[in-house]
Amino acid sequence: MRGATHAKWAACAVAVALAATACGGGSDSGGGGEAGIISSSWGDPQNPLEPANTNEVQGGKVLDMLFRGLKRYDPETGEAKNMLAESIQTTDSKNFTITLKDGWKFSNDEPVTAQSFVDAWNYGADVRNKQNNSPFFSDIVGYDDVHPASGEPKAKTMSGLVVKDPKTFTVALKDTFSTWPETLGYQAFSPLPKAFFTDHTAWLDKPVGNGPYTVDSYTKGTGMKLRKWDAYPGEDKAQNGGVDLKVYTDNNTAYTDLISGNLDLVDDVPAQQLKNVRNDLGDRYINQPALIIQTLTFPLYDPQWSKPGMEKVRQGISRAINRDEITKQIFRETRTPAKDWTSPALGEKGGFSATVCGDACVYDPAEAKKLIQEGGGLPGGKVTLTSNVDTGSHRDWMDAVCNSVNNALGEGPVCTVNPVGTFADFRNQQSSYKLTGPFRSGWQADYPLIQNFLQPLYYTGASSNYGKFSNKQFDDLVDQANRESDPAKAIAAFQESEKILAEQMPSIPLWYQNGSAGYSERLEDVALNQFSVPVYDQIKVI
Amino acid sequence: MPDPERPEPAGYDPVGPRPKEAVSPTGQGGPMDLALDEAESVEGIEKTAGPGAGGPRERPRSLWSDAWHQLRRNPVFVISAALILFLVVISIWPQLIASGDPLQCDLAKSQQGSAPGHPFGYDTQGCDVYTRTVYGARASITVGVCATLGAALLGSALGGLAGFFGGWGDSLLSRVADIFFGIPVVLGGLVFLSVVTSTTVWPVVGFIVLLGWPQIARIARGSVITAKQNDYVQAARALGAGNARMLLRHVAPNAVAPVIVVATIALGTYIALEATLSFLGVGLRPPTVSWGIDISNAASQIRNAPHMLLWPAGALSITVLAFIMLGDAVRDALDPKLR
Amino acid sequence: MGRYVIRRLLQMIPVFIGSTFLIFFMVYALGDPVAALFGDKAPDPATAARIRKDLYLDQPLWKQYLHYMGAIFQGDFGTAFNGQSVTELMAGAFPVTLRLTLVAIFFEIVIGITLGVISGLRRGRTVDTSVLVLTLVVISVPTFVTGYLLQYLFGVKWGWVRPTVSPDAPLNELILPGIVLALVSLAYVTRLSRTSIAENVKADYVRTATAKGLPRSRVVTRHLLRNSLIPVVTFIGTDIGALMGGAIVTERIFNIHGVGYQLYQGILRNNSPTVVGFVTILVIVFLLANLLVDLLYAVLDPRIRYA
Repeated sequence: MRGATHAKWAACAVAVALAATACGGGSDSGGGGEAGIISSSWGDPQNPLEPANTNEVQGGKVLDMLFRGLKRYDPETGEAKNMLAESIQTTDSKNFTITLKDGWKFSNDEPVTAQSFVDAWNYGADVRNKQNNSPFFSDIVGYDDVHPASGEPKAKTMSGLVVKDPKTFTVALKDTFSTWPETLGYQAFSPLPKAFFTDHTAWLDKPVGNGPYTVDSYTKGTGMKLRKWDAYPGEDKAQNGGVDLKVYTDNNTAYTDLISGNLDLVDDVPAQQLKNVRNDLGDRYINQPALIIQTLTFPLYDPQWSKPGMEKVRQGISRAINRDEITKQIFRETRTPAKDWTSPALGEKGGFSATVCGDACVYDPAEAKKLIQEGGGLPGGKVTLTSNVDTGSHRDWMDAVCNSVNNALGEGPVCTVNPVGTFADFRNQQSSYKLTGPFRSGWQADYPLIQNFLQPLYYTGASSNYGKFSNKQFDDLVDQANRESDPAKAIAAFQESEKILAEQMPSIPLWYQNGSAGYSERLEDVALNQFSVPVYDQIKVI
Repeated sequence: MPDPERPEPAGYDPVGPRPKEAVSPTGQGGPMDLALDEAESVEGIEKTAGPGAGGPRERPRSLWSDAWHQLRRNPVFVISAALILFLVVISIWPQLIASGDPLQCDLAKSQQGSAPGHPFGYDTQGCDVYTRTVYGARASITVGVCATLGAALLGSALGGLAGFFGGWGDSLLSRVADIFFGIPVVLGGLVFLSVVTSTTVWPVVGFIVLLGWPQIARIARGSVITAKQNDYVQAARALGAGNARMLLRHVAPNAVAPVIVVATIALGTYIALEATLSFLGVGLRPPTVSWGIDISNAASQIRNAPHMLLWPAGALSITVLAFIMLGDAVRDALDPKLR
Repeated sequence: MGRYVIRRLLQMIPVFIGSTFLIFFMVYALGDPVAALFGDKAPDPATAARIRKDLYLDQPLWKQYLHYMGAIFQGDFGTAFNGQSVTELMAGAFPVTLRLTLVAIFFEIVIGITLGVISGLRRGRTVDTSVLVLTLVVISVPTFVTGYLLQYLFGVKWGWVRPTVSPDAPLNELILPGIVLALVSLAYVTRLSRTSIAENVKADYVRTATAKGLPRSRVVTRHLLRNSLIPVVTFIGTDIGALMGGAIVTERIFNIHGVGYQLYQGILRNNSPTVVGFVTILVIVFLLANLLVDLLYAVLDPRIRYA
């Protein structure tokens, strides 16, 4: 890698001497770049690019091109469709038998077998490998042996995973989990080739997977070149010659490159450009729902927020927030006012409901004032909103929310904003339960299931239940939903549990976050999936 | 009234004007020395313009009033003083010229242009830009002036001593300054300011002084090293003048010009630095209104609503201009060669 | 002179130790970085504990520091959270930033001193006032705006230059970012040289030189400028740090993956190896720059001598 850089350097010096041309490698100039290659904006992945260690969009973008799992979520409907899985069978929603399709292989010609999956999952679960997504395997029997809460693991493999033959393996879960197969589209469940284990460093330098693209070159911190894998056995073959991902440290810069013709695709239109985006791009702008919701969570571990009667105050604050105005003025319609605790990207069939929150999410200053008074007023007469401000436009909307509350209550600046400098600091304050006022919480679902929007956030003792909400009725309904083998009934039970959230208001649903993207005139058939990642393989280059 | 021009205020006992010393082989030393006397003996800028041609010898006349007459005739000084007075007044009583409430915002009017009663238009949150610009003066000018004053005094005192005496003291101070240079603003701000819960401007001022002094110290040190080579300084030394006397009377006044220049420009950059800190969530906290915060909010919206940037940035320009002019007038007064 | 230089170089050792400890302590004071690695999700306690153990974060501060320093002396600056070694990050970032800084300093010197000399010689005239107005604009308009506007005009609207810098950052692409980065410092350099020139223009040696019949250009460059440069040189010396470590805004606008960006990321993610490594190198750069400035004093003013 380094040697290549030096050689480039020398070449660069020559190039400077000869002409004022760009030296970043020919295809960097995007718009006018190599035929059939898409240049797209990228951010440096936060963690090494291992499937079980990637939990954010930038790394996920690459994994989506490099890997195909047992299932894949349809980019349009979000339905989990079999990809490598021939079938996933169960009789008790607890023991599953998974059969693979024929003909799948990794791009280094190694066939994808049942072992490829079992090895990958055992690797992801093993605490020694420090994979972020380990908890995704925690439903499998034997997880505690490879991932004990403390101390060294007792085993290297989970006893719940058994390879029957190269095409078949069985999975034993600890509890019934009727929708478990639906979770298998998540990238943490991808298969891994042997090279991943035998030469890990080399694999990280140039990942090898079984998806429609292969890695041509990867320069950390700068970019990655992916090329179409011609021998890709799947049906969703790449419709373009490849993708050059270019790392941008600022989405505004990427946008500038897009409108100046140096870049083909930006999958994150900066907030300050949203006002101009129609002008700049015309209809080459996408703005569609994603599986992301932003909420304000109340610190219910603090008695002044959780004592009886405070649910009225919490509802009152919710009703004092003019979501329509804020999503229009601050977010320029790239957020949609929230009406429940899930996301419209789930679809009505998936459990989204525009009526669950009801009046409690509708702006009504008079009613807000009345509710807060009935509930005994704001604790100490004021409320402080906390969020990190190092990313996103969090400060803008927090200011707007506070102004909205202040205007609605008409008692002067009772609502103030407490900006926190770094996400790490915010997260530490949040997880040590130090915050004494409502705080921002964003949730991007890992898979398009209503369960993922509710259970991890509001179930008693759940991992991301930062406000320590606890409600027996809610927990019972979630348990009941998880036992239902009929998906429709399960969803109905989850929606029932959401009604308790509407009554108790442990967190205020603010808005659903959309995915936004802009692209150059060279591209067509650009779409985003539910995770706001472009569906690269379907993009055509004119 | 800030007076970054005062060279060495600490520990100096004003002794009042005295007959000039005959240590001016340059032929220019006479008036210069007197200028120093004046500059140090009284606190103000006013003194310094005094020693024109022949002025020094008219002992009975009050140098105070003499200098005042001189400076008053300098239009640059008059304009800058008037501007600064105006800024100070609206910092203390913003309601004199703005009737609105800077925190009263209506999101529906987000980024709208000027309207009757709201000549400067609205910002992103729908607050009145005019009112916020007027109310922002207090925090911004306090931060700018106090931080500049602090950094200039601390920096020139330390840097001046280091440059004058040299040796291990100089090494120690310069290396400490090097370490301070190394602290990234972002890191320092997050560490030092995030633990502070005070909502006043003083932690921010203190932090800026902490990061700002090394630069001024370095400039002062460089100037003093040059100035102390001058013949009249060597002559004073030959005549047995003490260190304190030489530093304060002969070296400092000749070394102060670059410090004034850097300090007056730094005033503007410090006001902007406050915005950086606020952006990180560790600067001035709402409900404090400041130009810095408004400018940094407006910066990203430059394509959508340039008026949001224009007014607070214009106000900042005028403030910096006033202090640059003041610094110029004072510096000229300190330098007999220009007269 | 030689002994002076050696003494100054030896002083780097305590500064190195002092600054590494200070910065290490400051990053430590920022808090625990591990929780933030898991995004919006709650960290898995067992995984988090293991990461902490591997990073020595479960040790007391002094042990962490000793371990870090021990590794540094073996040439290991640690790794960033994305798995890249800090040495690799530095090898990528410092050359680019150094070039950007040099371009910026070049413009500071050429434009700044020229404008300063002109306005110093024509004190109070139109040209002086215009330069003052430019100075005010530069100070009060944030770098983000000037950078963005210049990028938009030159890069997008007129298409004269590439709006962003390619990964290898050749010099020709760094001209625009260099100017943007230099702008605020330009204001200082211009005002400083203006003041110095104005102060010295009536000095005896200038009069003497003029009286001797030397051409004006020679008087200005050889006599006047040389004696007026010390404050300017001092300023530029102090500015190197600000330019190298604090070019975050400029680097973001032009997508330059330089020191400012890496440092900022390291700080936001509380990654002490990145921050301490970068700052340490920066401090060494300041030390060298200041040594150079001190030596230049003696060149510019022969009366100054170092023992």
